[in-house]
Amino acid sequence: MQIPRLNAELSSEILVRFLREEAGKFGFTRAVLGLSGGIDSAVSAALAARAYGPENVLALLMPYRTSHPSSRAHAELLAAELGIRTELCDLSAAADPLFATVPEKERLRRGNILARLRMVVLYDRSAREGALVIGTSNKSELLLGYSTQFGDAACAINPLGDLYKTQIFELAAHLGIPQPILEKAPSADLWEGQTDEGEMGFTYAELDRLLFAHVERRYSAEKLVTLGFEPRFVAEVLRRMRRNHYKRRPPIVAKLGNRTINVDFRYVRDWGR
Amino acid sequence: MRVRLAQIAPVLGDLDANLALHLEAIERARTEGIELLVFPELSLTGYFLRDLTEDLALRLDDSKLSPLRDAARGISVVCGLVEEGSGHRFYNSALFLEDGALLHCHRKVYLPTYGIFEEARYFAAGRSWRPVRSRLGRFGISICEDSWHFTSGFLYFLDDCDALICPSAAPGRGVSEEGAEVSSARAWSHLLIAQSMFFQTYALYCNRVGFEDGVLFSGGSRVLTPFGRAAAQADGFDPANVDAELDFDALRRARIFSPLRRSERPLLFARELERRLDDDADPAAER
Repeated sequence: MQIPRLNAELSSEILVRFLREEAGKFGFTRAVLGLSGGIDSAVSAALAARAYGPENVLALLMPYRTSHPSSRAHAELLAAELGIRTELCDLSAAADPLFATVPEKERLRRGNILARLRMVVLYDRSAREGALVIGTSNKSELLLGYSTQFGDAACAINPLGDLYKTQIFELAAHLGIPQPILEKAPSADLWEGQTDEGEMGFTYAELDRLLFAHVERRYSAEKLVTLGFEPRFVAEVLRRMRRNHYKRRPPIVAKLGNRTINVDFRYVRDWGR
Repeated sequence: MRVRLAQIAPVLGDLDANLALHLEAIERARTEGIELLVFPELSLTGYFLRDLTEDLALRLDDSKLSPLRDAARGISVVCGLVEEGSGHRFYNSALFLEDGALLHCHRKVYLPTYGIFEEARYFAAGRSWRPVRSRLGRFGISICEDSWHFTSGFLYFLDDCDALICPSAAPGRGVSEEGAEVSSARAWSHLLIAQSMFFQTYALYCNRVGFEDGVLFSGGSRVLTPFGRAAAQADGFDPANVDAELDFDALRRARIFSPLRRSERPLLFARELERRLDDDADPAAER
């Protein structure tokens, strides 16, 4: 089973409208987002530049001292290409005191700290600029739980959350994202030499075919195996999906009354808009 | 007859704002010589209402509706709202206003409750298909999902309706390269062509636009002729007015070309239906 090719033109039209209208309803005409130098934030930034005008998009570059220099270079390349504003906020001074109590080998904890510090800076600049924080998490990583809760996954509105990583590449090509960003291996750059695919143990192409068949087409685990997916790969991906589901949901509230928020007190967020 | 489909983006949960939007559109349409103005499903309230449903509900004699009724003079208007009926049951209803009065109210029969839809959680289902006998002609109203049930159009076909009116709040989804439009809009396009041809009638499809919590309502409002051709159509996802002239002579020509209603056998259908009335029966078993 292959994922059908994306209608990138139509998708980008819908996503630009989404950004403009969902922000506009709340009185926002400006956006702020973290620009990592990777493909996801590049696509979010390109869509935001179209939606709000480049002059109304602020991209934050938030490296740590071990971040690969190419990350910043790619972010600057993209920002220049789009004509959006950038602001550099080096996290080293803020992160180091926190890292003092976290052993170097605990890379995940350190990675999470960096992801959450970026969230802190983004929301501060959001308040300063009167601008909404635009999300950069794609559907593959949200389904897998390959993100930091209250960290890189934090945002006000997310244009990419219903697009698989391989679809992000298709959209990126359509939006004219520069070649170096399109061609490099996806990485959270939370520690030296990290790549998503190396860390996950499989490629996005394999992962997305599996997720698409299971989530979009509703094929069961058994059916996926008959379609030729490795049983261990299927089990592992489905296990991660379940295990990390909490990241996709708001915290559980203990129910005492008759109208518990989000349970039987039910309103969409665009209430009154 | 001059028809306009008002493809609007209602404000979710703001009755007053939507009422103002309606009154303005009605006034403009009247001055522009429109005789029938159709608004989308739940045009006075917005769509993903959830617990707002009961807050926004209006009884049909509510004074809040007076300005709308009054505005519907010299122009007939179809609009959507949450109707509070007997026993505090709430309906997803479409009103047909004419000559300063409520001529007809259709309560949505088929309430989608699957995927992103949760209508049956909040609404009671309508129980009838009755044609609107307007001074402009005879119309059958089916609200959005109603149209996906062939029987709605079929019953109006038996009633010799001149046009099917379908107010909708249809979300757009499906963005593969197979088509230039979202796949849900493509499905609607096929459905409306089939309806207008099978039932030899005009089909007036008024869908809304705008987003609610990330869901795009995909517009594509259109008027189809009894030959299944689009007489007028909105492109893109912006608010728009879709105007068309309905030529009732086309109904006559379509029905002479192929007299489907003449050869229809309601009694035969009823007899065959009689054998299938038990929803729980196993269709494989001998009847």
